[in-house]
Amino acid sequence: MSSNPQIQKSASQIRVNEISHRYGERLALNQLSFEVRSSEIFGLLGPNGGGKTTLFRLLSTLLPIQSGSANIADLDLATYARQVRTLIGVTFQSPSLDGKLTVLENLKHQAHLYGISGAPMRERIQTALQHLGLTDRKHDLAESLSGGLKRRVEIAKGLLHSPQVLLLDEPSTGLDPGARHDLWKYLKQLQREEGVTILITTHLMEEAEHCDRLGILHQGELVALGTPDELRASVGGDCLTIHSDDLEQLSQQISAKFGVTPQTINHSLRLEHARGHELLKDLIDAFPELVTSVSLGKPTLEDVFIHETGHQFWQAEETV
Amino acid sequence: MNQPASLPAAGTAKLFLLPIMTLAQREVVRFVRQRTRVIGALIQPILFWILFGAGLRGSFKAPEWAAAGMTYQEYFFPGVAVMILMFTAIFSTISIIEDRKEGFLQGVLVSPVPRTSIVLGKLLGGTILAVLQAVLFIFLGPLLNIVGLAPDFETGITLARLVPLILFLFLLGFSLTALGYLIAWPMESTQGFHAIMSVFLMPMWLLSGSFFPAGESGWLSWIIRANPLTYGVTGLRRILTSGPGLPSAPGNPSMIVCLTVTAVVCIIYVAIAIWMTQQRATRNAR
Repeated sequence: MSSNPQIQKSASQIRVNEISHRYGERLALNQLSFEVRSSEIFGLLGPNGGGKTTLFRLLSTLLPIQSGSANIADLDLATYARQVRTLIGVTFQSPSLDGKLTVLENLKHQAHLYGISGAPMRERIQTALQHLGLTDRKHDLAESLSGGLKRRVEIAKGLLHSPQVLLLDEPSTGLDPGARHDLWKYLKQLQREEGVTILITTHLMEEAEHCDRLGILHQGELVALGTPDELRASVGGDCLTIHSDDLEQLSQQISAKFGVTPQTINHSLRLEHARGHELLKDLIDAFPELVTSVSLGKPTLEDVFIHETGHQFWQAEETV
Repeated sequence: MNQPASLPAAGTAKLFLLPIMTLAQREVVRFVRQRTRVIGALIQPILFWILFGAGLRGSFKAPEWAAAGMTYQEYFFPGVAVMILMFTAIFSTISIIEDRKEGFLQGVLVSPVPRTSIVLGKLLGGTILAVLQAVLFIFLGPLLNIVGLAPDFETGITLARLVPLILFLFLLGFSLTALGYLIAWPMESTQGFHAIMSVFLMPMWLLSGSFFPAGESGWLSWIIRANPLTYGVTGLRRILTSGPGLPSAPGNPSMIVCLTVTAVVCIIYVAIAIWMTQQRATRNAR
């Protein structure tokens, strides 16, 4: 035990090891394990209720670890919560601002909570306000701001103490496309210039595209892990989306004729096929009346998600 | 793995005191910006003082240890000051529930601030407000005599007694704010707090010798003697009594007893508050 040990740089900044979490009877996270590498942007993608926020609360030290373990910068969350808290910046999905205080007052209190005061504090606040385009709103009461502006103040709060690891829970909720674009530009700049490791939760596919690596969470389990490209490649082949006035009949006829079973998703049929362009032609030849439109594309992250969660059962059987 | 990364020593002191000051300051600023709270916590007790003072003047029988010719309003005076302390303490701790609902609390809980600092910051803020309002009442209340709403009486406050007065109000205010914190921390809604207030806090105040004297015997006098707040009210009454002071009597404990009981109770409340805040719990996350 040295008095002031440097925190060792290791390949992983966040390490989650067989984490499970229960709210009473309900199992919110089930044996989750993954690592986030140093200076990467890692996305946790999944629908609401999939367990993202629970994991986020565990990593931000709000909830106690019930089972399994988690490290941030090689510090165990159960034992070194306070040290971990100095290293992480947290941006919550629900605002943590004090509406009765101005933007500037909110940021000042935040800085004080991290032991920052005086000239360094003023400098950091100024930088954060500039980066997030809040300088001319600094004297406004937080409660008078729009949702998007509140979120920007929220992000500014999380960044004030220059954290090594940034945890962001659905950061672009309520942001308009322009602000969302600016946010990502800023996050990438933080990653590039300051080597900040960023963990982000999102249910937006286009946001997930920005991440270096992604974990897909579904019903408390990690169903896929990899770079967006790797995940798309895992789907294999092409994706066909078929629209029809009689989906049920078309679906039956496709399975009878081609031996593949389409999924019915959002009033359309969906097929994954290694040689999608050939199948497309055959489909139109076979059912010119039934098919109103077909689109062919390389798999998107949405396809990955459907692939991983829609076929969960027989995929699990396959791996056994 | 798992090497203990200790926080630098200078940083630790800064991480302990700075958050206390900042959280206390926030409390005061918020309170001042919500004018209705200022009015509620100060005006209601003053109205009680005037109305009960006028209404019970005829039927009040001063206890034996009291100075000759003590009116009810004079007897009630320290009790109203304690009521102001209590109301302000409650209003400031009720904001814990709001802080949790509005999300501010989770931002504080994920910061490296020691949980002790979170508790002390909150209590300090609430106490400053409570003491300010009580002092305001103690100095301005007797002036109501000019418009005929209060009797002509001496509060016994001299320059020499000002420091003990403020220190005692501070101790009592801190204790009451800590009690409010204990009630508010596990609460999910402000409605729950209001329920506790009517079935627990108001009776506690009524049975502290603030509203009527303890008397010499009977179950009621025992309840009053067992109530820790009695020692706060009596301590304040002693500081606010001019001349040679009050004799010690059953139901009228000595100053040293008042101070000891108030301080010990305060320490117990604060210790439990800190312990509760140290637990990581689901209700703190939104």
